[in-house]
Amino acid sequence: MLAAPPAADLALPVEPAEAVESVTLAGWLSDGVGLDGFWALAVAAAVHAFVLLNLFGVLPAVFIWVERKWSARLQDRLGPTRVGGRFGWLQALADGLKLIQKEDLVPDAADGLLFRASLYVPAISVLMAFTLLPFNDRWVAVASDCGLFLILAVLSLEVVGVVLGGYTSGSKWSLLGGMREAAQMVSYEIPLALTALVPVIAAGSLSLREIGVFQAGWMFPNWLVFANPFCAAAFLCYFTVAIAECKRAPFDLAEAESELVAGYFTEYASFRWSMFMLAEYASMFVVSLIATLLFLGGWWTGIAPLDAALTGLNDWRPDVGVEGFGVGGYLANVLFAGVVCLKASLLVTVQVWVRWSLPRLRIDQVMATCLKYLTPIACVLLLGATLWPLGLLATLGRPTVFGSTFSASPSPLGGAIVEQDSALPNGDGEAGEALR
Amino acid sequence: MTGADALFGVFAALACGGALGVAAFRSVARMAFSLVVCLSAVAGLFFLLNAPMVGATQLIVYVGGTVVLLIFGVMLTDAGVGRRMKIGLLETISMTFIAIGLAAALGWTAVGLGRAIPGAPVLDEEGVEIVAATPDTLRPIGLKFLGLGGESGVGFLLPFEIISVHLLVVLIGAAYLARAKRRVDATPETPPEATRETASDGLGEQA
Repeated sequence: MLAAPPAADLALPVEPAEAVESVTLAGWLSDGVGLDGFWALAVAAAVHAFVLLNLFGVLPAVFIWVERKWSARLQDRLGPTRVGGRFGWLQALADGLKLIQKEDLVPDAADGLLFRASLYVPAISVLMAFTLLPFNDRWVAVASDCGLFLILAVLSLEVVGVVLGGYTSGSKWSLLGGMREAAQMVSYEIPLALTALVPVIAAGSLSLREIGVFQAGWMFPNWLVFANPFCAAAFLCYFTVAIAECKRAPFDLAEAESELVAGYFTEYASFRWSMFMLAEYASMFVVSLIATLLFLGGWWTGIAPLDAALTGLNDWRPDVGVEGFGVGGYLANVLFAGVVCLKASLLVTVQVWVRWSLPRLRIDQVMATCLKYLTPIACVLLLGATLWPLGLLATLGRPTVFGSTFSASPSPLGGAIVEQDSALPNGDGEAGEALR
Repeated sequence: MTGADALFGVFAALACGGALGVAAFRSVARMAFSLVVCLSAVAGLFFLLNAPMVGATQLIVYVGGTVVLLIFGVMLTDAGVGRRMKIGLLETISMTFIAIGLAAALGWTAVGLGRAIPGAPVLDEEGVEIVAATPDTLRPIGLKFLGLGGESGVGFLLPFEIISVHLLVVLIGAAYLARAKRRVDATPETPPEATRETASDGLGEQA
């Protein structure tokens, strides 16, 4: 193994690593296939990066199709019907092919270098957020104990690309769109971080994986949205702010087509335009997945026996010719990842629904919503979530209303500290051993 | 050379290149973009040093906040994208001296410190460094902050609170200065709409 700190090492496997006598892809490549240690790691990293990149590319295509189809239904139209058969499910691919064929335009008034460079910043920042998301107990590209903070930090980079792209287009529409975007995003980051902190207080960890593990068991009361009334309110607040963070209607002032043509990407065409779309739909998925992990039970189904059965798959290890590879464990990981992606996709469809139902706000109303309402509400929720377990401790004698089904060692703030010495291989086979 | 050394080279080159770009470019937008590259690369160096907390703070405060405010201010005031800044001879000479002095001071300090990577590497019985998948980087910071971890027993809670209150006062002051003022006028016949005026924005003062 390379002596590189894992936070900088994007190569940590996404593949499962079993708790006992586990094998990672890198380990199998070096032992079973006979590759050199460095090359085994490099090949494994390339495979995992490829999987993650494809997820990053395919999900927006799916959501664009969902948006076109559902917005059509909401407006009593049919939407795409022809490309790819009955439901037009290849429409996004057709759009992409069309966009690639178009002419690559750079306006004369634009700063060519920055005009070409800035569109990659949103896409890269969302892709970085993908590497920090845990899709189940063991699948995370970069495991960090302040994962939530890191995700919020890399998502805040998105605005730089949008603002610079708008500014350097050399067009008044783009300039106005970029200015609105800067004002809106910088303001909305405050309530976003504050509302995301409320479940963190309830769970007692900034690591998205630990927050997910914390919500195992029955949906009620173990999901953090039910942990206390402040968490439930924080979920609604977070979702509102997340819609604004993705520049979606009713907060899409930066690209308001009735006023600004297309806002900050008015001058962009062809594939460059589609990069902005890719980043927008991918970031919708990222904020929805964060909401799922923070409030809606992460990768757990919320039905305790079903979760137990899925976890029990880990013990099913038929011999497939690879030493230490558990088919059942892999299957369980795939199913859990599917559950979390399904929940996040449902939240994305809610965003689509909101966009096609609500009228757009004015820019002053957008700013007033954030500064006069959402930020104070978020502050109150944060304070309330901090005081809630202390108040319960004083009156009921325990930090939660319903008791805790998994309270091995509850922290004073109502969170159970996840046992570090239990087998928690997180992304890498060596991890569990190193911690033990 | 390990992978970490190679990544250090990449990030260091990006940081230096971005810093040079800030000084060399004449267009404010390109300067801002170079600043983004430079600060992000420094954040990458923090990640490489196994300090994700500091790296994330660098990204969220400087890249996502300060630089965006800088671009915002430029957008509101600048004449256009293509405008080039002119720099006089005196400024060039004096700034060169300051830059050389600063680089010398920083370089001397860096050489004096040596290759300071926090903590000794944990080696297993075969002498290979063990890298935990989830290193415990946050808990030590929190304990130090509360004064529970170190020997001194003095935390940083009080200074932190003082700084927070100070920033709050600055924010409220800026909002007060930037508010829409209602002028008290001796002549009553002036319509009240005409006397309303908006003071210049307080954003520049905050940043």
